Amino acid sequence: MKFLERFLNNMDKTLSQGPFKVFHPLFGAINTMLFTPGHGTTTGPHIRDAIDMKRFMGIVIFALIPSIMVGSYNVGAQAGVEGLFAAFMFGFLKLLPIIVVTYAVGLGWEMIFGHINGHDIHEGFLVTGILLPLTLPPTIPLWQVAVAVSFGTVIGKEVFGGTGMNLLNPALTARAFLFFTYPGNISGDGVWVALDGFTGATPLAAAAAAPGSAVAALNSAGFTLNNMFFGFTPGSVGETSTIAILIGAAILLITGVASWRIMLATLLGAYGMALIVQYFGGDAVGGMRTLPAHYHLVMGGFMFGAVFMTTDPVSAAGTNAGKWAYGILIGVMVILIRVFNPAYPEGMMLAILFGNVFSPLIDHFVVQANIKRRLNYGK
Amino acid sequence: MENLISLFVQSVFVNNILLAYFLGMCSFLAVSKRVDTAIGLGLAVIFVEVITVPVNWALNYYLLAPGALAWAGLPDVDLSFLGFISYIAVIAALVQLVEMIIDRYSPALYSALGIFLPLIAVNCAILGASLFMVEREYSFAESAVFGLGSGVGFALAIAAMAAIREKLRYSHIPEGLRGLGITMLITGLMAMAFMSFSGISL
Repeated sequence: MKFLERFLNNMDKTLSQGPFKVFHPLFGAINTMLFTPGHGTTTGPHIRDAIDMKRFMGIVIFALIPSIMVGSYNVGAQAGVEGLFAAFMFGFLKLLPIIVVTYAVGLGWEMIFGHINGHDIHEGFLVTGILLPLTLPPTIPLWQVAVAVSFGTVIGKEVFGGTGMNLLNPALTARAFLFFTYPGNISGDGVWVALDGFTGATPLAAAAAAPGSAVAALNSAGFTLNNMFFGFTPGSVGETSTIAILIGAAILLITGVASWRIMLATLLGAYGMALIVQYFGGDAVGGMRTLPAHYHLVMGGFMFGAVFMTTDPVSAAGTNAGKWAYGILIGVMVILIRVFNPAYPEGMMLAILFGNVFSPLIDHFVVQANIKRRLNYGK
Repeated sequence: MENLISLFVQSVFVNNILLAYFLGMCSFLAVSKRVDTAIGLGLAVIFVEVITVPVNWALNYYLLAPGALAWAGLPDVDLSFLGFISYIAVIAALVQLVEMIIDRYSPALYSALGIFLPLIAVNCAILGASLFMVEREYSFAESAVFGLGSGVGFALAIAAMAAIREKLRYSHIPEGLRGLGITMLITGLMAMAFMSFSGISL
């Protein structure tokens, strides 16, 4: 360890000037990843705390590990690989190239912008780079991943000034870009199982296509509530297993990294809206309108989005009251898109992007209301 | 009634006049620096739309459309070539009215809106709403609801944009993109988020 530290310190001196200065941001990123940097915040109105951006992001990645494990296993299991370990390895080897491409392309862009703007690579991409692969189907072509990551990083984040300034969640921006430009590779029935020529509809697609009761259609397709809760259904890598996501949610909530208000509000908004839709839907209509409310919570990307995407502290609302409104808005939107928009059986991605667009406005109104209330004290 | 509610929802969200048709971009880009001003402009647009679309409907129905002059004994006359100029005249007259009202009751908003208040007269969102109304052959009630809906859609989009731009005030945006450049990019990203409604048929 001492040897590595000395080596890195020597590198730091070599790279901070001279012709190799271009690579200093990259070096800085690796150095920070391996060791805690000796320099901290010294001036300015900052709260000094043991938690820094690196540790903050590290906890999110740690919370994602259950989803990665179960998701990888499920990719193998869906492709029909026998055995726990064999299925896991099969899925992991499908997922790994996507993660590698995401990090390589994303960090490349971060380096270019870091160099232009004269700062080191921000830690923000660590989480984006792992969230995006988990929201993609295992069969996604790698060049499309590279294009999407470029869009998400540059247009979604860097043009706004980098980490902490983005308007929309960069991972979801990248996914939405793929969704609208190459819909054939990210939606439909043919992409969720990592075997050529094998089709398997996601539970949401199956429910949307049901002529009568959605639950009956799900059961006959083998998607029981149990199955969907533990995550053994076709879908994006990280989103299928609700239990794994809930373990991650527990980690995020205990450490205080994610906002419990947003998570709870999203759950309540979706559950309430689903109850209303089901109440007015009736069995005569069929399809999504007959789906019981608790089914919505375990199907598709809802839980993954509610735990890891809505709680992104940059693109979410910042005020406490605003967080409630923001979460409820997203929850309601998910159900509305799922039920009333026949074009998209999966609503979570677009609902969160919609929430992101309106979070500054929500915050604005909360702040104005606070100002007004305090002015009234003086009267 | 149900038909009118779904038309309202459609014109606010699904066919948002700004983010789905990109009409009225000039004032959207120019007056979205502060939330208060943006909401003020949004309200002015709602007001003008709610009145102009039904008025233009009546104009079209009783005077301009082919055969509309049958009540005057002229069933063969087709004045629809006068459509554009008549709609614009109605809009310009109404904008004058709004201007006077705002100047009287909210001088602060009047000076904040500045040149963009009279420019509502040539705001393509408003003329666009009247033309959509003619093209889609709305009834009178539908045209009123459509005017309200497209106005509310405009106000919602411009308020959200203004809040975003207030939030971005301290961001380190690359030099070439500051101002209108980044606003165009935000508009694109907002339109992407509004894509969640495209395909909904109520």
